[in-house]
Amino acid sequence: MNSPAQASPRDATPAMSALGPDHADRRLRRRYAAERRFRALGLAAILFSGAMLCFLLFDMAANGINGFKRAELTVEMDFTTGVLQVDPAQLEGPESEGLLEGAGLKDMVSLAAVRTAGEIAGAELADTAWREVGRKIAADPGMLNRKVALSVPVSDDLAAAVRGDGDPVLRKEAARLAAEGKLHRAWDWGFLARGDATSPQEVGIWGALKGSILTMLVTLALAFPIGVLSAVYLEEYAPRNRWTDMIEVSINNLAAVPSIIFGLLGLAVFLWLFPNWRSAPLIGGMTLALMTMPVIVISGRNAIKAVPPSIRDAALGIGASRIQVVFHHVLPLALPGILTGTIIGMARALGETAPLLMIGMRAFVASPPDGLTSPSSVLPVQIFLWSDEIDRGFVERTSAAIIVLLLFLLAMNSLAIYLRNRFENRW
Amino acid sequence: MTTYHELDPVEAKISARDVSVFYGEKQALDSVSIDIATQYVTAFIGPSGCGKSTFLRTLNRMNDTIASARFEGEIKLDGEDIYRSGMDVVQLRARVGMVFQKPNPFPKSIYENVAYGPRIHGLAAGRSELDAIVERSLKRAGLWEEVKDRLSDSGTALSGGQQQRLCIARAIAVDPEVILMDEPCSALDPIATAKIEELISELKGNYAIVIVTHSMQQAARVSQRTAFFHLGKMVEYGKTSDIFTTPREERTKDYITGRYG
Repeated sequence: MNSPAQASPRDATPAMSALGPDHADRRLRRRYAAERRFRALGLAAILFSGAMLCFLLFDMAANGINGFKRAELTVEMDFTTGVLQVDPAQLEGPESEGLLEGAGLKDMVSLAAVRTAGEIAGAELADTAWREVGRKIAADPGMLNRKVALSVPVSDDLAAAVRGDGDPVLRKEAARLAAEGKLHRAWDWGFLARGDATSPQEVGIWGALKGSILTMLVTLALAFPIGVLSAVYLEEYAPRNRWTDMIEVSINNLAAVPSIIFGLLGLAVFLWLFPNWRSAPLIGGMTLALMTMPVIVISGRNAIKAVPPSIRDAALGIGASRIQVVFHHVLPLALPGILTGTIIGMARALGETAPLLMIGMRAFVASPPDGLTSPSSVLPVQIFLWSDEIDRGFVERTSAAIIVLLLFLLAMNSLAIYLRNRFENRW
Repeated sequence: MTTYHELDPVEAKISARDVSVFYGEKQALDSVSIDIATQYVTAFIGPSGCGKSTFLRTLNRMNDTIASARFEGEIKLDGEDIYRSGMDVVQLRARVGMVFQKPNPFPKSIYENVAYGPRIHGLAAGRSELDAIVERSLKRAGLWEEVKDRLSDSGTALSGGQQQRLCIARAIAVDPEVILMDEPCSALDPIATAKIEELISELKGNYAIVIVTHSMQQAARVSQRTAFFHLGKMVEYGKTSDIFTTPREERTKDYITGRYG
């Protein structure tokens, strides 16, 4: 920066006299050209990454949108015949499902399907179809006195046929039913409310999403306070000596350790201490907290270091104690930087798969976790598991799960950025 | 080795005896002894690195924040040794306020800047009392008229001179007995400097004021006592008029006539 600026006038003065004003002009033009080239290159880089991002998002959305849908058959149900003998008053309770099964609802739904769609396609209802009908009856008991048309999920094979895959006989049937308007793909809002399942028609993301949320809460609750306190202690209190140097080097190294090592640590230590909590969000969160902590410590230390010493002097000078200096002045000023580091650490933790595989979070868990200690999956592991499935129906579901993961990430980051701006605007 | 001019006997607010300060191996201050009274503004002058700021910072123990600093000697505030073990540094700094070289208001509102000290020391019982302290302090610092309508604006949005007066208001809000000023005008333009000097003259008598300055004109204008420091030693101490007109030491004479510094 300095040397060319000093060199150019010295070069230019004799050159001007020897080579005339043309020479200086040429130099100037070259400099402007270099400037323009650099700007164009920068713009090209931005456009390239923007295009890549658009491609990714478009591809994901195009595939993933169908992941939020499933194939459903419209079935005509006639309850007026009085075949289904149940007391509407009893449908409120938790036993309603058993009650309806006992009354023969399952067979009734199967029969109705065959009547609507014929022998071949009618046999291809999802196993859970009658349960969904049961839930609809429980929600609206008045249905029992009417003829109604209900949409029920079909089996994986028929769903594949709707996409144009699989058995040719079923494909023909599916085409016929679709033309008649009886078979269609409908928004499957249950996807956001159900847990994992073996059939792509019946899977849901809520189990993994809830697992991820719980895991992240544990990670944040552990890594943020411990990380910030460590950063404050190391910057504001710790003496500079060999020990603190060693701690600093260790923390920097820790931030670079491959995540699977943390998984092994979690397996060896946390699961040894709490063997009953295998696959639990609590253990997952603890493992990820180990990984996130160094990132928070490093960014926290940098943010604290960036607070001007004059602010500390000012506070000390009017008689603030060390802890008042830290909590009234240094931390509020450093908080935006600390939050940035936390976002980066948490985003990395959210997308982490390897360490969670080590502590058993890859198990098939059908029901969403009830709490921090019940077995659970998390979004990235769920995506990994679904992408491994043979059934083609999982391809779209995987894309949908990726969209959910990205949206969750986006929500988390937006919250953090909102908080950061709030703290920055406090004065 | 210090040359003391004859002075009227007055009660010393601060009395320092044989104060030496070391930064690691390096000795920054060599047995400085001085009495500072409330009635006068005391100026410390001398070339850069002569130890005048170091000595100033020993008076409210701000050197404690530097890990390598080591103190020898004795400093008494109202007869009480401020370096004795068990001395509460926080209380000391509330009694001995400090204004720094660069204006350093907190990045908070003007009101919060002034209210912070009284708040942490519990000087105000309620909101109205705190309001009164803030108003009184800003008035004393000559800033009230300029900021009374925008107390909630950020302190950092003020001009440099206003920021420095805000820092003075912040210092006097905790009702100190001594105010230490470390080159308070070195970052300010001449008009802002004039305002600060005027303020110092107004505050004189209520507080023992010690000012470190690079400007000999400033020392001559605002102070009644001057100490000349050189290479970690206090060379000469006396009435400002005596130091500037009839210095007894060759080094003092050379410095105030601009031969070095």
